[in-house]
Amino acid sequence: MSFQFTEEQIKRYSRHIILPEVGGKGQKKLLDAKVLVIGAGGLGSPSLYYLAAAGVGTIGIVDFDVVDFSNLQRQILHSTERVGKPKVESAKMTLEALNPDVKVIAFNERIHKENVMEIIKDFDIVLDGSDNFPTRFLVNDACYFLEKPLVSAAILRFEGQLTTFDYRNKENSPCYRCLFPEPPPPGLVPSCQEAGLLGVVGGIMGTLQANEALKLILDIGEPLVGKLLVFDALTTEFNIVKLRKDKKCPLCGEKPKIKELIEYDQACDIHF
Amino acid sequence: MEEIKIDRELDLKGEVCPFTFVKSKLILEQMEPGQVLRILLDYKPSVENVPKSMREEGQEVLEVKQIGENLWEVVVRKVK
Repeated sequence: MSFQFTEEQIKRYSRHIILPEVGGKGQKKLLDAKVLVIGAGGLGSPSLYYLAAAGVGTIGIVDFDVVDFSNLQRQILHSTERVGKPKVESAKMTLEALNPDVKVIAFNERIHKENVMEIIKDFDIVLDGSDNFPTRFLVNDACYFLEKPLVSAAILRFEGQLTTFDYRNKENSPCYRCLFPEPPPPGLVPSCQEAGLLGVVGGIMGTLQANEALKLILDIGEPLVGKLLVFDALTTEFNIVKLRKDKKCPLCGEKPKIKELIEYDQACDIHF
Repeated sequence: MEEIKIDRELDLKGEVCPFTFVKSKLILEQMEPGQVLRILLDYKPSVENVPKSMREEGQEVLEVKQIGENLWEVVVRKVK
């Protein structure tokens, strides 16, 4: 190994290096890793924070929104003085101040059919922290076609969900469409603007997304593939539900109908 | 007793825990299994902690010895 850590890096990453499962070699893997986070909001804030602190060397962030007062109850990357600034810009400032080893690539744009492949293609892992179904389906399908692992989380009210789809190994991983073949009709599932959300639920689920990403990079433990973790903040209970690959899945089933990206209608204003 | 062949030496005088172990581990990671690292320490708690952590990682601690008024050596063989 020719890689030399600086004195500052040795101090910064000492708690990682001490771990037998990580060491200097693992830390080098983290510094070489490229992770993309969709949404710098309630989920993206904690996941981006921990990925940057961990020394993930290249972090991409996609968000087209600006910081609003209503975000600050949970979106800990941002601050009162940054209200009105683009979220990706605010996120980049926070993360670079935390760790200068991290190169932050900001995509201040809405993700759509024409740009999703281009945005995702150079990253190793994608974390979905978006809050709307069109984006979730688009990101899922793009990750599936590009064979990128996707760590998906969702939060609403007092509940959070998390699972990892490992599209590097499609034979053994269910996909998002095995769980939800099509987006629900607009209005059926409330957004967190309508239904509310305890801010800390994003903190917990986003942090778990970062944990999944770190495990994938370090190749340690077991990723949450084929399992859906459901968290209930009111009872502080975690439950795991098995996810099976659906033979009739329109994307990864035996006779797939979906062979290209689909753009679903963005039904209403979207705020990560 | 057979003389131990030292492949690499690391002077950690002035360093404290946990950086004595962290720096020793980083050097050991760059060495080949079977090779021997000699570590010089002047921080007393590290004289216990470095060998303990090395053993926990599965490395072989060959020697822990005071060699000066406030100076110790720890000799470790890389196992894995």
